[in-house]
Amino acid sequence: MRNDIAINKTNLKEKISQDKNKEKLVIEVKNLSAYFGKVKVLKEINLSIPKNKVIAIIGPSGCGKSTFLRSLNRMHEIVGGTITGEILLDGKNIMKLDPVLLRRKVGMVFQKPNPFPTMSIFNNVVSGLKLNGIKDKKILAEAAEQSLTHAALWDEVKDRLHESALGLSGGQQQRLCIARSLAIKPEILLMDEPASALDPLSTSKIEQLIHNLKAEFTIVIVTHNMQQAARVSDKTAFFYMGELIEFDSTSKLFTNPSVKKTEDYITGRFG
Amino acid sequence: MLEQIKLKNKIFFTLNKVFSRSIASANTGDFIYKKLTQFFAFLVFLLVLVMGYEMYVGSKLSIDKFGWNFLVNSTWDPVKEIFGALPAIYGTLISSFLALLISVPLGLGVAIFLSELSPNWLEKPLSFLTELLAGIPSVVYGLWGIFVLVPLLRNVVEPFLFKHFGNLPFFQGAPYGFGMMAAAIILSIMVLPIISSISRDVLKSVPNSQREAALALGATKWEVIKIVLANSRSGILGASMLGLGRAIGETMAVTMVIGNRALISPSLFDPAYTMASVLANEFTEASSDLYLSSLIELALILFAITIIINVAARIFVWSFEKRWSSVG
Repeated sequence: MRNDIAINKTNLKEKISQDKNKEKLVIEVKNLSAYFGKVKVLKEINLSIPKNKVIAIIGPSGCGKSTFLRSLNRMHEIVGGTITGEILLDGKNIMKLDPVLLRRKVGMVFQKPNPFPTMSIFNNVVSGLKLNGIKDKKILAEAAEQSLTHAALWDEVKDRLHESALGLSGGQQQRLCIARSLAIKPEILLMDEPASALDPLSTSKIEQLIHNLKAEFTIVIVTHNMQQAARVSDKTAFFYMGELIEFDSTSKLFTNPSVKKTEDYITGRFG
Repeated sequence: MLEQIKLKNKIFFTLNKVFSRSIASANTGDFIYKKLTQFFAFLVFLLVLVMGYEMYVGSKLSIDKFGWNFLVNSTWDPVKEIFGALPAIYGTLISSFLALLISVPLGLGVAIFLSELSPNWLEKPLSFLTELLAGIPSVVYGLWGIFVLVPLLRNVVEPFLFKHFGNLPFFQGAPYGFGMMAAAIILSIMVLPIISSISRDVLKSVPNSQREAALALGATKWEVIKIVLANSRSGILGASMLGLGRAIGETMAVTMVIGNRALISPSLFDPAYTMASVLANEFTEASSDLYLSSLIELALILFAITIIINVAARIFVWSFEKRWSSVG
């Protein structure tokens, strides 16, 4: 009798905690496989991304981590890739959404800074808003200041907003690109090795930035650098040869991984 | 012992000699090769200078006689020996600009389709076909102009324009078919391959990261193209100017359809003349020294204009390519 109650209690607890978790999930990936032509680069991935957390994706080159990231905003298909399985954004299958609208909700920052060279710093930041048809100068100016502040760049550029974006350093350009993505207020920000082309100081600025951003955004970051993953993320996924080997809280994955392969990778035995 | 040392020294010196000689001879080869290629490269430059100089000398008579008046005088009368280049300059520039007016939008459209929209399997055959247009001899274009384009203009297009837009100065006079309009259309077809293929290369050289940046911000396909176009403005301008250079120098096809009369008229129906067609038509008939000298001066002007336009176009294309080396 007692036992039964105890079991019921734990069931209930589990249920409640499951419900709580469910509420917080922004992306659910179910049975996702991705292909380039006939080559299968991602194999049956199941993974859930909780809201307002930083998820790091690590793994050796060619393990499919970038492809995974690019599946989330359907950039995979523009280079001719295909996917099977489901990706749910707030419960809706993204393959049924208009990719243009999807990408306004799921922003992306790339490996190399790619500001628009013909535009000023200001116009770079608000380019996404302009694409959305916002023309009100007041709104644009406010959004620019807010996103640049978010991206920790405002103080460095506020006096030269109308100069070319190419006058900025590499690290500043990357923060400008982050500001540009933030300006359209995405729910999720995907980052594809955002600091791999930057010097250590700029890298630490970007990491600090990621830390501050998670209050408002959910961030998925692909990185080669395991220390970086350990520093910035709440949960880490380890990919190997197109498979998701392990997905757990960052502290657990780096201190006490449950799969041998993960341990081998994080201790530097391969990869 | 002494013998041995002597032998050693002998060997050492001989080897040293052989070795140093081989270095010396290798250096001589390099030196000759370098100077030879330098000479050839310089020769191209020299050729341009010599041509310019020769034409200057040949046109001395006409330059002395007419001076700057040659450029603004609109009479071209071989009988009275009064020569003014204005009608030919006017005809050349106007026919070429009109040609660009048609072929730039068209060529840009082709380039956008080829670089941004067409599926891979279609891109190669299509660009091959457009570039094939550049390989057709210009006399063939001329024949097509005479037998197809001119009758079409005379019987259909020009009467239509005259009827509906006849109050505009551009569409007045008798619809001969032969004239400015025919020349402009022929030219526009002939420069299309240059403009479309260079514009395509320019669009293609915009790095993919730019397209991805726009896409990731939620840009539609058309918005991505707008951003790519904004990035390639100077390159497209350069492509258009190379097309202009080609149109200005084009001779045969234009001569066959433009009507060949030294006339400055706003009407596109009227016959006109270009510098290149004056030269082609009249060089063999030039009976007097002054006549010949005036033709050579005309050639000199044509030479200068095409060089200036081509240099400007190259500078635009270069400045465009430079930009991308500074962005990742």
